[in-house]
Amino acid sequence: MFNSTHSAPPPFWSNGPAPGAFYNFPGTVAPVTNPITHTQSPVTTSTSIVSITYDKGVLIAGDLLASYGSLARYKNCPRVIEINPNIIMGAGGDYADFQYVKSFIEQKIIDEDCLDDGLKMKPKSLYCWLTRIMYQRRSKLDPFWNNLVVGGIQDGVPFLGTVDKLGTAYTDKVICTGYGAHIALPVLRDALDKKPNLNLNEAKQLIKKCMEVLFYRDARSYPKYQLGMIDVDEGVKIEGPISVEENWNIAYMT
Amino acid sequence: MSSIGTGYDLSASQFSPDGRVFQVEYAMKAVENSGTVIGLRGTDGIVLAAEKLIMSKLHETSTNKRIFNIDRHIGMAFSGLIADARQIVEIARKEASNYRLQYGTSIPLKYLNDRVSMYMHAYTLYSAVRPFGCSVILASYETDEPNMFLIDPSGVSYGYFGCATGKAKQSAKTEIEKLKLGNLTCKEIVKEAAKIIYLVHDELKDKNFELELSWVCKDSGGLHVKVPESVYADAEKAAKQAMEADSESDTEEM
Repeated sequence: MFNSTHSAPPPFWSNGPAPGAFYNFPGTVAPVTNPITHTQSPVTTSTSIVSITYDKGVLIAGDLLASYGSLARYKNCPRVIEINPNIIMGAGGDYADFQYVKSFIEQKIIDEDCLDDGLKMKPKSLYCWLTRIMYQRRSKLDPFWNNLVVGGIQDGVPFLGTVDKLGTAYTDKVICTGYGAHIALPVLRDALDKKPNLNLNEAKQLIKKCMEVLFYRDARSYPKYQLGMIDVDEGVKIEGPISVEENWNIAYMT
Repeated sequence: MSSIGTGYDLSASQFSPDGRVFQVEYAMKAVENSGTVIGLRGTDGIVLAAEKLIMSKLHETSTNKRIFNIDRHIGMAFSGLIADARQIVEIARKEASNYRLQYGTSIPLKYLNDRVSMYMHAYTLYSAVRPFGCSVILASYETDEPNMFLIDPSGVSYGYFGCATGKAKQSAKTEIEKLKLGNLTCKEIVKEAAKIIYLVHDELKDKNFELELSWVCKDSGGLHVKVPESVYADAEKAAKQAMEADSESDTEEM
């Protein structure tokens, strides 16, 4: 009488809602599966940017690592660049997006040079233009996955501003993006509270300290970094690669 | 004119029975109505010079320039209708920009010349459009090699050591042929260029003119720029002196 082949019991609950899956009520049309959108998440990424204004200019620092997920994949990827004699820029986030952004900024600078009107773009203009671009891309649901930091000299006064992938933008005396916003920013703000008007040397020391702390704390960081400098008197300089002074002795229990 | 009344000159898309395209020839007439433009190739670069006729005293100086930047390393001078030329400038800049986006390097002049001349040629093929009423000179200095091309309204282009277009192109060409272009540097050529423009200028028909001088050479770092003010002043002075010496010898002969 009994069936000799043992079959598994029928599922307790079928054709119903299941955990971890969307449920479509009977009689409704299943939604169209959207195409995979690789462009809407970052792939090869770089980490924080640390930047600060001092009495006569701006410093922007960023390390040279481009990570593939948590893998330290490319170790010589500069991301602090000179735009023109008035502007420097640093970028974090998707490295490919940054390279594309960089290419069209460079073309913009060339286009304006071609006009031959003797004018050079100023940092506020670039900053504002980038906010429009980032906001437009986020509104198309295909953002450039970057944090951009624009530094420069606007009519003799240091300028520092940032825009992120959503188009959120602000200017400040100190700006850090990514992990740096958590680790380095409090250090810089603290220093600025104690002494609001830094000179170049003090600013450099602070940046050095921050890059050191970030290297110890940020698992996507790298001990080699570039330091972009724009100064009222000295103009633009991109220094580096600069090495973080590592000391792992504290890691051992004695 | 043999073309008038035959009906073969109404469209750029129709040949005359003796194998000519009259609309293109008319476009060349438009070029011959405008101020003279010359380009001279030296050992270390290229000098462009233009005679900008001033139609009204009320015009502001240095408006309606005859020499443009296409890219950092490419200059363009034109003779003919300025509005038509601006369209050429526009597409040349687009081609240069597009090439940079695609290949990551600046466009070689050979390629730009190809593309711009094909564009101008396309406007000689259809009845719905008219050919461009201008000739353009393209000049560049890349990898230690100066290059220069002249494109006609027909879309034909040649590379040149020295070329001239506009009102007094014939007499300008004879003057250019007297020069030993093969062993002159740009610094020497600037003066010669200014002299030629002053020499071929017809004071009786056109009263006022403005001399435009630009170069793209080793001294300018491979960039196409207006010649520096001191060089311009020297060249203009030399040209004026040459003119005076010329008129003095003329009166002596009389």
